[in-house]
Amino acid sequence: MSGDHHHEPSFIRKYVFSVDHKVIGVQYGITALSFLFLGFCLMMLMRWQLAYPGEKMPYIGNIFGEAAMPGGVMLPEFYNSLGAMHGTIMIFLGVVPLLVGAFGNYVMPLQIGAPDMAFPKLNMMSYWVYFVGGVVMITSFFVPGGAANSGWTSYPPLSDIATAGQTWWLFGMVCLITSSLLGSVNFIVTIIQLRVEGLTMFRLPFFVWAQLITSFLLLLAFPPLEAAGVLQLMDRLAGTSFFLPEGLVVSGVLQTQISGGGSPLLWQHLFWFLAHPEVYVLILPALGIVAEVIANNTRKPLWGYRAMIYSTIFLGFMSFIVWAHHMFMTGMGTKISAFFATTTMIISIPSVVILTALVISLYQGAIRFTVPMLFALAFLPMFAIGGLTGLPLGLPAADIHLHDTYYVIGHFHYVVAPGTIFAIFAGIYFWYPKVTGRMLNSTLGYIHFFFSFIFINIVFMPMFWQGMAGVSRRLYNQTVYAHGDAVQSLTVMSSWGAWMLGLAQIPFIINFFISRFAGKKVSNNPWHATTLEWLAPSPPPHGNFETVPVVYRGPYEYSVPGASEDFNPQHVTTEACSSVS
Amino acid sequence: MSAEVLPYTIKPHPVTGLYNGKFGVWLFLASEVMLFGALFSTYIFLRIGAPETGPAAWPSGEETHLSWKIGGLNTLILILSSVTMVLAWVQFKMDNFGKGRLYLAITAILAIAFVAIKFKFEYAHKFHMDIVPSTSVFFAIYYTMTGLHALHIIGGVVVICYFIGPGAKLWDQNREYYTNRIECTGLYWHFVDLVWIFLFPILYLL
Ligand code: HEM
Ligand SMILES: [Cu+2]
Repeated sequence: MSGDHHHEPSFIRKYVFSVDHKVIGVQYGITALSFLFLGFCLMMLMRWQLAYPGEKMPYIGNIFGEAAMPGGVMLPEFYNSLGAMHGTIMIFLGVVPLLVGAFGNYVMPLQIGAPDMAFPKLNMMSYWVYFVGGVVMITSFFVPGGAANSGWTSYPPLSDIATAGQTWWLFGMVCLITSSLLGSVNFIVTIIQLRVEGLTMFRLPFFVWAQLITSFLLLLAFPPLEAAGVLQLMDRLAGTSFFLPEGLVVSGVLQTQISGGGSPLLWQHLFWFLAHPEVYVLILPALGIVAEVIANNTRKPLWGYRAMIYSTIFLGFMSFIVWAHHMFMTGMGTKISAFFATTTMIISIPSVVILTALVISLYQGAIRFTVPMLFALAFLPMFAIGGLTGLPLGLPAADIHLHDTYYVIGHFHYVVAPGTIFAIFAGIYFWYPKVTGRMLNSTLGYIHFFFSFIFINIVFMPMFWQGMAGVSRRLYNQTVYAHGDAVQSLTVMSSWGAWMLGLAQIPFIINFFISRFAGKKVSNNPWHATTLEWLAPSPPPHGNFETVPVVYRGPYEYSVPGASEDFNPQHVTTEACSSVS
Repeated sequence: MSAEVLPYTIKPHPVTGLYNGKFGVWLFLASEVMLFGALFSTYIFLRIGAPETGPAAWPSGEETHLSWKIGGLNTLILILSSVTMVLAWVQFKMDNFGKGRLYLAITAILAIAFVAIKFKFEYAHKFHMDIVPSTSVFFAIYYTMTGLHALHIIGGVVVICYFIGPGAKLWDQNREYYTNRIECTGLYWHFVDLVWIFLFPILYLL
């Protein structure tokens, strides 16, 4: 083992309640991937009801019980639960924990040369609080009335008077938010304080910058949602009316027992004040991963490294003043709408700068089409489609037509699914050898990439047309409306795309588990990369580095003229780089 | 084990001038500002939106049944506890463990007095008059904000008692480390007091 003079920690301390950032990163990774898979399964069920409304679900229709799917046919309430939990699980239990908890935790301390996170115990606590939040969310499926069914946005007044699952949802969210807050404090302190000698802020890999800004977003945007969650809990448990106006009528019945005086719009403001920055939490670390993979596989420095960093900082600031673009239809008034439309147009500029810099980085590169690079390359146009389709949504005149239609669903899924999720795949293929000491099989990787790319577009592209045809989101059965029935064939296409996409993940799952034991063994630096994580052994021991590294250069010195190799690692002195080894 | 290996756990970082724990507490307080900021915004939002007359109108001073005298007393108690908190830290800095611990104990007692007054003379009294969170939007926000604040106070008391009791072992191992932790606790404590300084006028006076 490593020459540690500490006694060997017990199994429990080492793998369960570990304080090592790498173990915690892997715990986050495995848990979050499982949730991602669960969220995906919920959605595959929904797609049956959408494609073949009211028909008995084949093979598995009977296992969900009479309360959810009597005779194998999905009830509307169950459909609503699936929709709400799909969104919640994907975002709060899947993607964010993967990007921040797994990649951030594992890679960031290595990239800055630190032995661990600044607060290892706090780090462990973040994971376990997140875990409890996940357990609460899953348990809520089994309470009377089923899981939360008011959408991942939990709009009142409906959420205030919904079944018990909503209370569970709120408790789960409080756990998840607390976990993120602890994590973000830890990340910021670590990045600022624990960088090794020579690693100035402008020598940090872009991935670390992305994590830094993301942490600030989590730190400052999540508390208002926590406050909102507490208020909604009060409404549900203590009978207050923060979000309930007086004279509220639900299903034709006047709600006399409530005191009234509140406002449903208050929730929307508090919610979107979090949830807009949250979408940048979903995309910034993904951009970070893509940047690392692109620099490494073009064998070129990132074009516009500083411009990307300044854009990211600016984006972080701006993301706090665009939230009401989700609320153009609430009658806020034209002046307020105009303000938020303007800020929304402004915030799109830094996003375009970053994307453009990444595209220009490809120019004249000696591109290696490795599996992670393919995912990173596919990310670029997919993120572009997602981003560009967002512009009409940011303009009130267009949004009045598009709001709450499938167009919106198409828009944000292009950003999150073939965008962020592809970046996550790129990251997994890229750093797997660091974590396990073995490569993922690239043939299986190519198959995984190729089919995923095709099918994911079949899933989401039709949604734009459906949305423009006026089909609302969250519909249980669109064929009961003439305009919905007219585009039902697109829904069927999208559903088949989703199921095929599920099949396309099989090579990945096999690869992921088999390569752990049978993958090709690799050296410390199989990709010939420059950043510090590749200096540490694969897998890195407790404490990460054998000796504390010193940094002499920026993060992406590839193909430097006169150098003996096409990459100059950050920790190697200039003399050593130019001497022929 | 890991505490000793990590840089700047005790000594401040040359550029930021902060040791890790203090930096962490400042960030945590930033998030707390956003938490209470959201609740204060809620207060403003609901108050501006309240109708001029009718049952949902914002209650006037007498209608709230909140006594500024009790609130004022509690304000004084908290301010005093902030002072004793600083004194405790100063004593630890000057290596007077006994006196420092005494000031910590006084801080804890003052905090407990605050909570006792809050529960005994305010909450219990109101519940007795059948004034509960669901009575009106004003009381909803009143109970939520002061309740959350009281939870913060109780959390602070637990931490202070920890450093008086089992946590004091750290003093023998590393005085600077211990004193740092008291400093961090103090920062949190001042913040919690500060929140009350804002809560008192908006609920009792305005
Ligand atoms: C990859 C395949 C995916 C498919 C086919 C899919 C499909 C869907 C469908 C059909 C809906 C519900 C529309 C309705 O309300 O009627 C939906 C909603 C949603 N999805 Fe996905 N999704 C996928 C992946 C993801 C991922 C990766 C995320 C997040 C990271 C995500 C986040 C959401 C959110 C937030 C909602 C809104 C939920 C709500 O409004 O209640 N989805 N998706
Ligand atoms: Cu937004």
